[in-house]
Amino acid sequence: MSEKIVVRDFNLYYGEKQALIDNNLIIERNKVTALIGPSGCGKSTFLRSINRMNDLIPGVRTSGTIEIDGQNIYGEEQDLVLLRKNVGMVFQQPNPFPLSIYDNIAYGPRIHGFNDKKKLDEIVETTLKQANLWEEVKDRLHTSALGLSGGQQQRLVIARVLAVQPDVILMDEPASALDPIATERLEELIDYLKKSYTIVIVTHNMQQAARVSDMTAFYLNGEIIEYTETNLLFTNPSDQRTEDYISGRFG
Amino acid sequence: MNAKTKDKIATVVFYLITLIIVATLLGLLGVILTNGIQVIDWEFVTEGPGSILTGGGGVGPQLFNSFYLLILTMIITIPLGLGGGIYMAEYAKPSRMTQVLRTSIEVLSSLPSIVVGLFGLLVFVQYTGWGYSLAAGALALTVFNLPLMVRIVEQSLSAVPREQKEAALALGITHWQTILRVLLPAALPGIVTGTILAAGRVFGEAAALMFTAGMTTPMIDFTDWDPTSPFSPLNPFRPASTLAVHIWKTNAEGLAVDAQDIMAGSAALLVIAVLIFNLGARWLGRLIQTRLTSSSK
Repeated sequence: MSEKIVVRDFNLYYGEKQALIDNNLIIERNKVTALIGPSGCGKSTFLRSINRMNDLIPGVRTSGTIEIDGQNIYGEEQDLVLLRKNVGMVFQQPNPFPLSIYDNIAYGPRIHGFNDKKKLDEIVETTLKQANLWEEVKDRLHTSALGLSGGQQQRLVIARVLAVQPDVILMDEPASALDPIATERLEELIDYLKKSYTIVIVTHNMQQAARVSDMTAFYLNGEIIEYTETNLLFTNPSDQRTEDYISGRFG
Repeated sequence: MNAKTKDKIATVVFYLITLIIVATLLGLLGVILTNGIQVIDWEFVTEGPGSILTGGGGVGPQLFNSFYLLILTMIITIPLGLGGGIYMAEYAKPSRMTQVLRTSIEVLSSLPSIVVGLFGLLVFVQYTGWGYSLAAGALALTVFNLPLMVRIVEQSLSAVPREQKEAALALGITHWQTILRVLLPAALPGIVTGTILAAGRVFGEAAALMFTAGMTTPMIDFTDWDPTSPFSPLNPFRPASTLAVHIWKTNAEGLAVDAQDIMAGSAALLVIAVLIFNLGARWLGRLIQTRLTSSSK
């Protein structure tokens, strides 16, 4: 068991309103960690704290630390660009750039300095294969990414994230806009990716959390109520509120 | 009266309003074009004005001036407008200062153009010592075109979905690169369309130009392309009457025997040019959209 992300006494405020309260959490390397809880409980806010996307919102303040590989990402010397390169993110809505499939993936590498055509071709092919999309798009790499289906777009976005070689991937309800078949393919992909990446996934769907994750944290009103192995949390929750939530009494 | 009847009345009223708008436009275009089109021929578009006693000639230099002045104005406003728009959309934090800035931009764009013209006369014509000139005209047009450009750029950038910006930032791309490589390309169709529509307004402007670019065009030699030569059409420090100003002047002084024809023809030319701008704007916006979303092999 090795620690990838260590969260200590982390608090986050939107202006006067406290959104995260004393979060403590250890996320393990090469595991899938699911964050579940009712809408507005803070799980997405916490996810967006791991790559500091919350910095974009005016009036956000934080206290406490989040360490990735021992380094506090809220420390003063933290380079945001480097952090976000190492911590990739997949959003709720598939958000490919309005470019070709090829250019979407080559985007990050190009900006980070790869210009060699052969090398780029290779990155595009490998990441599309990793994202399990290559067979479907290899003949239309230079057509618009917006012509793909939602499920394909979401896998394209994952390939785009993989192309900048992160070691953590954050997923914010990645399947909420997808149909059941696309969801299934995405879950297979998550299972495959955890061999090489540490994955944190926010989901509304408890079956999904149960299927894909190794560890699950249950959030309620900004607090982590329970954090344990997924099968334990779903079969034998130790907190009454967790039990109420997973048995569908609220949320 | 029940809700269904009200609904029917509302529908009819809105259809009527639409009809009035379309009818006004078609009526206006119909009158201007039918009156003007018979005057327009190759000579009218290319030749200079003929003698006021015998009539004839055309509005070639005025047409050239209109386009040249437009280009000069755009050379000044596009870079400034891009800069201002990017600042407003991406850097300006919500604060009192930004509020003041935004209000200033709005006031600037709604100044009456004759007032801008008088300001131009004082500053760009007299204070600089340039006299009536294309340069003074271009600067006067900049005064109310710039706010429009800033708004077009700002709105086009703000209309780019937030997901696009977040996707770029989450890939570890810097703010500036995100603006340059994600936001601007995505906003480009909107910026281009808006710019061309703004160009249509500049093209037809008269009041701001009467006292800045002047109401006359000196003898210019269309074989002399040295911008420093006083006879060159490209010289930015020569006076230049544009098509719109020419219409006003012909109407106000009306000495030429064929003044009615000159006005009708010029008006039709002006309207055709603005129509081309409008249609071109849509077409180019769409073209850029398709070009951007595919890549070359």
